Amino acid sequence: MKRLLAMEIFYYYDGSFDGFLSCVFDSYAHKEIPAGFFSGEDGICTLFDSRTVSTDPDHAVRVLRKVAALSPEAAVLLRRGFLTCLPEKELYLFRLTAKLLREGPGFLHNRSDETLFPVIRAVQHLNGEVHLLKGFVRFSDLGGVLGGEIEPKNRVLPVLGGHFAARFHNERFFLYDRTHKEALFHVPGRSVIRPLADFRMAPPDEVEARYRLLWKRFYDTIAIKERENPRLRMNNMPKRYWGTMTEFQGEDWFKPRSSPGAASIPGAPDGRSAPGTLPPPGPSAPGSGP
Amino acid sequence: MDVLEKLTILTDAAKYDAACTSSGGTRTAKKGYLGNTSTSTAGCCHTFSADGRCVTLLKVLLTNRCVYDCKYCVNRRSNETKRAAFTPEELADLTIQFYRRNYIEGLFLSSGVFRSPDYTTELMIRALSLLRERYRFNGYIHAKAIPGTSPELVERLGFLADRLSVNIELPSEAGLNSLAPDKTKRAILAPMRQIQTRNRQSREELVKYRHAPRFAPAGQSTQLIVGATRDTDFHILRLTQGLYDRYSLKRVFYSAYVPVVEHALLPAKDVKPPLLREHRLYQADWLLRFYGFRAEELLDENNQDFDTRVDPKCSWALAHLDFFPVEVNTAAYETLLRIPGVGVTSARRILSARRVGPLHIDNLKKLGVVMKRAQYFLTASGKMAEGLRFTPDSLLRGLIAAERPLLPQQEAVQLSLFDQTESA
Repeated sequence: MKRLLAMEIFYYYDGSFDGFLSCVFDSYAHKEIPAGFFSGEDGICTLFDSRTVSTDPDHAVRVLRKVAALSPEAAVLLRRGFLTCLPEKELYLFRLTAKLLREGPGFLHNRSDETLFPVIRAVQHLNGEVHLLKGFVRFSDLGGVLGGEIEPKNRVLPVLGGHFAARFHNERFFLYDRTHKEALFHVPGRSVIRPLADFRMAPPDEVEARYRLLWKRFYDTIAIKERENPRLRMNNMPKRYWGTMTEFQGEDWFKPRSSPGAASIPGAPDGRSAPGTLPPPGPSAPGSGP
Repeated sequence: MDVLEKLTILTDAAKYDAACTSSGGTRTAKKGYLGNTSTSTAGCCHTFSADGRCVTLLKVLLTNRCVYDCKYCVNRRSNETKRAAFTPEELADLTIQFYRRNYIEGLFLSSGVFRSPDYTTELMIRALSLLRERYRFNGYIHAKAIPGTSPELVERLGFLADRLSVNIELPSEAGLNSLAPDKTKRAILAPMRQIQTRNRQSREELVKYRHAPRFAPAGQSTQLIVGATRDTDFHILRLTQGLYDRYSLKRVFYSAYVPVVEHALLPAKDVKPPLLREHRLYQADWLLRFYGFRAEELLDENNQDFDTRVDPKCSWALAHLDFFPVEVNTAAYETLLRIPGVGVTSARRILSARRVGPLHIDNLKKLGVVMKRAQYFLTASGKMAEGLRFTPDSLLRGLIAAERPLLPQQEAVQLSLFDQTESA
């Protein structure tokens, strides 16, 4: 590599996984080591040298193929790592890729390796969140379509989507991610993830309110009073998940709307298709590809 | 009586059953059917109740009417409590609607003995058939096999459920005779043996025919009540070991006895459930199943109960200090597993990482080793953790302090008393 280490060069890209892989490609093409990555509205910084990398699917495929040839596990780490909330994840993933290309896959066996550890820990955080959410997601039946909301730290939808698409493959459902402002839509045989700026759940109808109440009652009854242990519950189920779980909602959540049919099915903000029908083709959310 | 009230009564009556797991299922999504079973080995918790226990299944009784009069049980005939029963339709509808909303992983159906074990099991079969056939439910079902049920009915139940369980409840025959006069050891063990045999046969058939029906593919489990009788930990652990060895059980659950009734033969009503003892038994249970320990190594005739101060593995290590320190770069997997603070996962990671190069003390934490406990018992590249000095006394105190934040609150108070006597 040319001596460019002393100089700070920053990469601007579109924030997609393919875009990131294109950055890796370009860094090799230009023989330079990026000191940081920026995407979207992140402030443009003119103090340092920068390069704007345009996403090239062909370049992305070449990088990923090379990584997978050296180590299929590393390719999974890159994919998953890109969905995590690790600050400066691109930099960590870049270093991992560079080390893999430089030294081969041997170091991947050693979890305590300093390049690998931050990535693997972030991916475990993501996997852990996915695992918990498989249980903690709550759907409401909104006139035959199931709808739910989550508020995760990591971008879990691409991973979580597969689980629910298999389990409820005959159902029509959507799952809205409040943090990343995107939603997963599923109809039998097909799932997509689309950006969705805002979403508000409509009040339940009689039937839905009834099942919510039944569940709340079950939840309250199943606990053994003599064994009460709030700390254990919080360790197992951190409070940040409670906001979207039926059993922790206030009274209003269990009240049916007064006039049936008055509220429209939620999830269909202006100009967007109703949940359960696939939204019109448009730019897919970054990283939501197969 | 409406469904909400029934649900309340029949959940309240089912809550003392500890088993609530959904692991080991083999159902994959099927066209035209609803659901599948969890693919991860760990099962899937859908919520945690106020007592901190995992809720994964809709755990209810079909009915809490019961002809038996087991002294320890809330549902015993002589207890004056409100009785209810679900119709198969109500139960199927609740299961399906809860499942669609992702409240649950499936159904855990148990029941009081209504008229006779056979009659009750037939009711359960009717409810489960409806769920599987009409509602096309493909999620997890755990069903209770009631002692004394005829083998033909257990057979049918096993093809509808993923897991079956027969609760032993009282860990000795003397306990059974005095507290559960309607049950016998033979009546409990017979269905357990049948489930084991049928499960093995069904797996053999599956090798030959891909579409052979599966009999309780997630195996069977049981539950032992701790603290209702005078049985020692040693007795309970040996019983557990026998069940794993001879009946191929997937799990044995322990349930700290919660006094629900005043009776001369039972602990008084103001006695707290022995949660720490239950916790120690679970820890030892893990050692039996995953760590290659035998019950006789952990306890013996002279030490019949677990040390309340430290966990069973630390307790074993303290009694075998000549076994340590273990060098992590060369020790065999089985030896690594004996180190307190090293678990199945971290032992595997050590094996994998040391292939790349020698390990040092600072690598171990990143491999998931709990150094607070492990530091006293291992070396890495010949060195112990830097600056570590200890005597057998301070070692014990260190281990007690390392575990304390993880124990149930009420027990911690008790432990600090031990601490004072220890340092005195």
